[in-house]
Amino acid sequence: MARKLPKVDVVIIGVGWAGGIIASELTKKGLKVVGLERGKERKTEDYFMVHDELRYALRYELMQDLSKETITFRGNEKVRALPMRQYGSFLLGDGLGGSGVHWNGQTFRFLPYDFEIYSKTVERYGKNKIPADMALQDWGIKYDQLEPYYDRFEKLAGISGEENPLAGKRSDKYPTPPMKKSPAMEMFEKVTKQMKLHPYMMPSANLSESYKNPDGIQRAACQYCGYCERFGCEYGAKADPVVTVIPVANKTGNFEIRTHSNVRRILKTGDKVTGVMYTDVTTGEDIEQPADIVVLTSYVFNNIRLLLMSDVGKPYDPNTGTGVIGKNYAYQVIKGNAVGFFDDKEFNTFAGAGALGMVVDDYNGDNFDHSNLNFIHGGMISLSQTGLRPIQNNPVPGGKPTWGKEFKANSVKYANRFLSVASQGSSMPFKRHYLDLDPSYKDAYGDPLIRITFDFEEQDRQMAKFLATKCTDILKGMGPNHIDSMKDLGPYDITTYQSTHNTGGVIMGADPATSAVNNYLQMWDVDNLFVVGASAFPHNSGYNPTDTVGALAYRAAEGILKYRDQGGQVV
Amino acid sequence: MAEQNKENPESLSRRKFIQNAGFTVGGLAVGGIIGSLIPKEKKTETKVSQQKSEDFNQALMYFTPEQYQVVDAATERIFPEDDHGPGAKALGVAFFIDHQLSGNWGFNAREYMQAPFFRGEKVQGYQGRLNRRDIFDIGIREMQNHSQAVYKKDFTELSGDEQDAVLKDFEADKVDITTISPNGFFQMLRSVTLEGAYSDPLYGGNKNMDGWKMKNYPGSQMAYADIIDKDFKVVKPQSLKSHMTH
Repeated sequence: MARKLPKVDVVIIGVGWAGGIIASELTKKGLKVVGLERGKERKTEDYFMVHDELRYALRYELMQDLSKETITFRGNEKVRALPMRQYGSFLLGDGLGGSGVHWNGQTFRFLPYDFEIYSKTVERYGKNKIPADMALQDWGIKYDQLEPYYDRFEKLAGISGEENPLAGKRSDKYPTPPMKKSPAMEMFEKVTKQMKLHPYMMPSANLSESYKNPDGIQRAACQYCGYCERFGCEYGAKADPVVTVIPVANKTGNFEIRTHSNVRRILKTGDKVTGVMYTDVTTGEDIEQPADIVVLTSYVFNNIRLLLMSDVGKPYDPNTGTGVIGKNYAYQVIKGNAVGFFDDKEFNTFAGAGALGMVVDDYNGDNFDHSNLNFIHGGMISLSQTGLRPIQNNPVPGGKPTWGKEFKANSVKYANRFLSVASQGSSMPFKRHYLDLDPSYKDAYGDPLIRITFDFEEQDRQMAKFLATKCTDILKGMGPNHIDSMKDLGPYDITTYQSTHNTGGVIMGADPATSAVNNYLQMWDVDNLFVVGASAFPHNSGYNPTDTVGALAYRAAEGILKYRDQGGQVV
Repeated sequence: MAEQNKENPESLSRRKFIQNAGFTVGGLAVGGIIGSLIPKEKKTETKVSQQKSEDFNQALMYFTPEQYQVVDAATERIFPEDDHGPGAKALGVAFFIDHQLSGNWGFNAREYMQAPFFRGEKVQGYQGRLNRRDIFDIGIREMQNHSQAVYKKDFTELSGDEQDAVLKDFEADKVDITTISPNGFFQMLRSVTLEGAYSDPLYGGNKNMDGWKMKNYPGSQMAYADIIDKDFKVVKPQSLKSHMTH
């Protein structure tokens, strides 16, 4: 029998970006909030030895321990799902700050088109443009409604950037100027301008200069050390929850973080949730934490897993298309790239920052005509300089040996002599891409793992090919001696790293029949449960998701305060 | 070839940076490597003996001497010594692999190893029940068996070309083994060779930072803010050890 603790106003499950933002907003208003975090505490001092590629990038120091919990995966329902035994395609964060600690800091707003993607597609191309098995739907919110929350997140994080000529209207400029421009980025800028495209500096959470945010948090400028993604920032320059929102919540005296606390069930009576049951992983004790409001803010997979294990919300059934929990799982299509090898040019590409780069959005969203194309949407194209580290940076031109004398000569020669122009393709939802509980594999506590059913579709193959061609065209103008580019996307493969941008499963919308949460991320079925994160995305755009997660978290915080005052559905 | 500069380009020493890099919320320190990492007193100059000390790291934690020799020879074929600089042997790669196998990585300690086990599709990744220690034990023994079967010699007694032929048979799954995937073992050996060549020397490979020097990789530097917008420049490498003395 679980030990029962005194009731609090709000309990938050998972203290990363979403949990941290909500904690800071609610505690500022005087609510008593408990944050349950299953990992350990993290702080900037932990990263004294962070320039260690083996420990952090190859041995996954900051990632979830897969021996305790992982996911299972299959390409389609005819195949037996098997556990992801080792890391590959995406990296699950762990500990205070979650994936917000090991991100790159690329902070894009989604396009106005994204939020009304179904309506806009039908309006411009007709219903037949959307394949029968694609589960495209509007988000139940428009860009203009979300804009003020984007602005808040960007000011919280101190985003460094400049106006994107092809994006939605901004109410204010970025709080800090763009990052520095490397020679490779200048080459990209020159060529894309000549091609009449619209290059702009990648919006960056790495901080171009020292910055004090509206909460009074002061952070130092980025030093371009080249260790962002998979690493924590030793300077606190990269915005993450631990150096921004969490200390603000702590300072109110209203926030209590309990680390090593693994939430295993959301408790429900009638049409309300009453709190959560969690296991103290240091003692094994089961503890019940009652609360007036429960906010589910873990990573995408655990948001869905906890709802399904707790019997909250109606599970999605791909055969009937009914139910909502687990629906519209989407990802990112990032393989449409081109790599150029330069025999006579060497670059400082060992230096960099996670969100250092130049971008064009001319082939993103509906910024170009799709009438004669067999896909919708698109992706950003960028030249980014995130810092090339030596174990994972062994470039050789296609078809050349991958070990031995010639390999060594080439990989040493080209280590600083190649540039990539890469796309980040959007990922549309399909009726048979979904998440549910695995029938056989369990975690360390005997609970079922989440199961992913997902593969690339014709939409993805066409889009990736198209974007690879565009990348190649840009790269040609930059004058490399040799170019390799993606020819075929191939099937989705969980063994090679692609992107930690998993989305969907508890999606937002205007209709309770086709969405799980309203546009404040409040569950339609349960008024006092909010589910916040990229799990709310009905599809994934051709950008990194964090800015949109942050904006939605600010909006959800407002929704929670509204609910506390008036009860019921806040929309 | 780019000109080699004598000094590291960053203008900030770690100590100075630490002192500048605090961040506060209403006067409350919320992070930063302030305080705890700054030595309380300035170090007193100690005369360090210039004598070359013995490398106590170069002993075996896991491999038998025979296993060590096979791995030492095989990794040298994967990453050979050439005009650019040392190969796997001189970089200490076999010691690095031995040390890695002795710990978490060798036991797959942070990976999901629960039953049931099924053969999956390639896109589903490794589904075996063996850990990396088992795979290395079997893989090395099978390299010896294959060398004996084809050349009637141990792997270490083969010529370089013959060793390459054995490795290629593993890479192409042309060796008949039922317990492990020959290609899977080869790919693991290749990846861990590169890890040994290019990881921080604290792990026992990349001896003398020679792997980094070949690639003009500067290792662990505090800042590139001064060179990020400039043309390529060689930066003298430093390892994590150098952080300990700041």
